[in-house]
Amino acid sequence: MIGLQGHLKLKIVIPTEMIKGEFHLAIKNNKNKQMKKLMIIGLLALFAAACGGGNSGEKTANHEKSEAESAGGNPSYDPNRGEGKFKSVEVGATLNAPMAEAGGKIYAVKCSSCHKTTEEKLVGPGWKGVTSRHQAPWIMNFITNTDEMINKDPKAQAQLEICLVRMPNQNLADNDARSLLEFMRRNDGIK
Amino acid sequence: MKHNQIKLIAAVALGVSLGFIACKPKNVGDAISSDAAAKAYVAPGKYDQFYNFVSGGFSGQMSVYGLPSGRLLRVIPVFSVDPEKGWGYSEETKPMLNTSHGIVPWDDLHHTELSQTNGEIDGRWVFGNANNTPRVARIDLKTFRTAEIIELPNSSGNHSSPFITENTEYVVAGTRFSVPPDNVNGDVPINSYKKNFKGTISFISVSKEDGNMDIAFQIQCPGVNFDLSHSGKGKSTGWFFFSCYNTEQANTLLEVNASQRDKDFIMAVNWKKAEEYIKAGKGRKQSVKYAHNTYSDKTHSATSTIKTEVTVLDAKDFKDLCYFIPCPKSPHGCDVDPTGEYIVGSGKLAALIPVFSFDKIQKAITAKDYAGEYDGIPVIKYESALYGEVKKPGLGPLHTEFDGKGFAYTTFFVSSEVVKWNIQDLKVVDRVPTYYSVGHLCIPGGDTKKPNAKYLIAYNKITKDRYLPTGPELAQSAQLFDISGDKMQLILDFPTIGEPHYAQAVSADLIKGNSVKFFKIEDNANPYVSKGEGTTKVVRSGNKVDIYMTCIRSHFSPDNIEGIRAGDEVYFHVTNLEQDWDVPHGFAIKGANNAELLIMPGETQTLKWVAEKPGMFPFYCTDFCSALHQEMQGYLRVSPVGSTVPLLFSTGKNLPPAEAATAPATGDKK
Repeated sequence: MIGLQGHLKLKIVIPTEMIKGEFHLAIKNNKNKQMKKLMIIGLLALFAAACGGGNSGEKTANHEKSEAESAGGNPSYDPNRGEGKFKSVEVGATLNAPMAEAGGKIYAVKCSSCHKTTEEKLVGPGWKGVTSRHQAPWIMNFITNTDEMINKDPKAQAQLEICLVRMPNQNLADNDARSLLEFMRRNDGIK
Repeated sequence: MKHNQIKLIAAVALGVSLGFIACKPKNVGDAISSDAAAKAYVAPGKYDQFYNFVSGGFSGQMSVYGLPSGRLLRVIPVFSVDPEKGWGYSEETKPMLNTSHGIVPWDDLHHTELSQTNGEIDGRWVFGNANNTPRVARIDLKTFRTAEIIELPNSSGNHSSPFITENTEYVVAGTRFSVPPDNVNGDVPINSYKKNFKGTISFISVSKEDGNMDIAFQIQCPGVNFDLSHSGKGKSTGWFFFSCYNTEQANTLLEVNASQRDKDFIMAVNWKKAEEYIKAGKGRKQSVKYAHNTYSDKTHSATSTIKTEVTVLDAKDFKDLCYFIPCPKSPHGCDVDPTGEYIVGSGKLAALIPVFSFDKIQKAITAKDYAGEYDGIPVIKYESALYGEVKKPGLGPLHTEFDGKGFAYTTFFVSSEVVKWNIQDLKVVDRVPTYYSVGHLCIPGGDTKKPNAKYLIAYNKITKDRYLPTGPELAQSAQLFDISGDKMQLILDFPTIGEPHYAQAVSADLIKGNSVKFFKIEDNANPYVSKGEGTTKVVRSGNKVDIYMTCIRSHFSPDNIEGIRAGDEVYFHVTNLEQDWDVPHGFAIKGANNAELLIMPGETQTLKWVAEKPGMFPFYCTDFCSALHQEMQGYLRVSPVGSTVPLLFSTGKNLPPAEAATAPATGDKK
């Protein structure tokens, strides 16, 4: 079984804080599907055996934070792009001022409670420099697909360890997210 | 001697065993079969198949259960205040409980009815009735919140309600107590009942688009007690049937005096005809006073309007509007089968169930086959309306629901059982005991054209030994039966809130996909909304202070407020900026004489709080929201009357300590 585990990496990501949210079971393997199925069955059997054997201590499957592998180590995951619907984002050389203006309004309602436009951390990190720290698709994916990104993305997880509050999903429409990105660009000095 | 001893022992043994037998309900051993648990089991994380909307009786609320698990999913506040949810306490929800008598904080919700289209449940709304101060409520099944409440004039004890027509054209309400109408002096001797008291039934129209209710017309009837009702359907479309008792017109000791006559009535109402008369201007305008309250999901607040007129038809003036059908022994349930042909009356004191035929009723009306008149209303001959009687079905029939496969299921309060019978041949085919004394029952869609008859739920009035004892009061029990086979099979007991009367159930598929997850902050039109922390503020006008506050995981803004003075009326207008599912925030402040607020994502709610005396008053979030929920708090400083402490509000600022601020001890004895 241990040998098999070398082929199949099972990662169970559990939020470190108490939060109303979903648990994601991410199975990452680039072997063929049949093999994957077999191994899942094998692993499940292992869990079942552990439970059946009366091992009902604190380290049950649901409470264990298995550090099998970090998401960054998975070749299928692009840490620059993040997880979400945005593969690439068209960003102009100059600022789209009306869009940035619209983004500013959304910022005031949905973001300003936790993020300053300076470098200062409030609840979440300050936004100054965010467009140079992350690529445009990563930002767009993070602000629209927040829960999955926090569960998966190494940078997002590192940030969570600092802030300890999972960023709420503010249910931004795609164009709202794009406007916010433009607002961030303006905040970072793009003209 | 020895002989006597044996006799004694035998007598004691017999006594004990008799006692034992007497206490045990019959068939208790057979009631549960081994696969019952599997049938009611819904694995953790899995959804139930049905929503069950159960009246909360004297709790005034409506509860929502999942079936077959019997899991309590939600208690929807309707007619009673609910401090947990701020219902009736927040400034926004207070108007929902307004009536012509002012704010009424409690009522008794007896029956639930899901909206229908073409005689089938459509999953849009569920209605509930207030029995004490007569009202009807509409609950929106997108938000599971009470969206509208309308009061009923000329009524007292709204019991035969809120039953609806096949396309939810109308919700009806029949008065349980006859009373002098609202436009005459009610200060009359009680024993002038026969002369002065009238029974009114109301037809409340429901708008197809938004569900908005309005009293379309009322029909003034003789002074009797209206009890329950059901709409005609299919072939009996356009008709409504109301059971009534106390045709003796007694005004005291009804237990005896209203049980004198062998038969009371089921009243058949031709509501299509009533519509025609109203359209032709035959109604009489009567001046009354009643409240109509609506809740808006845009302004997140309720509006109460007092209305002053209804249109009334006097039943005795229209010979083709209402007809009485004699029904044995104080009828209670009045239920119409899925085809609309059979009307089942249940006399509370009867030992049979009469089944009336719609076709025969129509023939009798055409032939004027009447036994006479009652207060100017034709009384059809019993035999001329009767399809047949279910003989010796049990004792004390109350309510009937249908499975759409030709069977009816009737509850028997006195003999504590549910009896299944064949509508065609009127033969009993199965019976099961209930624990104990069943009142209403529910089959999903069981009063519609299309029942979905997988389960039957019995709502019992007495619990006794079914659960662990909890002092003198026990949760009333519901019991779930699998009725997919020929025999009814008990599979689960579950406790209920208040006292369940009628309930309805519907396939979850019809409702679960429409559930609102949060309110869009962009669409929030509450006059006191703060769309973003940048717009929060504190505004004083005289001794009224409005605090425009926001909350998001996990802080309030502002969270430090100073310059409030003793005697100020403070209004906390709290906007939840979250835009995700299942992230309400709570707001509670020390010394509040009302309740907390529970604010849904994107919503604004307001708590009124009077600054009683100088001091420091903390406030905090009551609904665990994040790892730093316990940090979600703030302070409000109250200074004496006439204080010059400036009005200050802030979040996250580390101001230097004001002056040399040590609190002077005020209560220390020297």
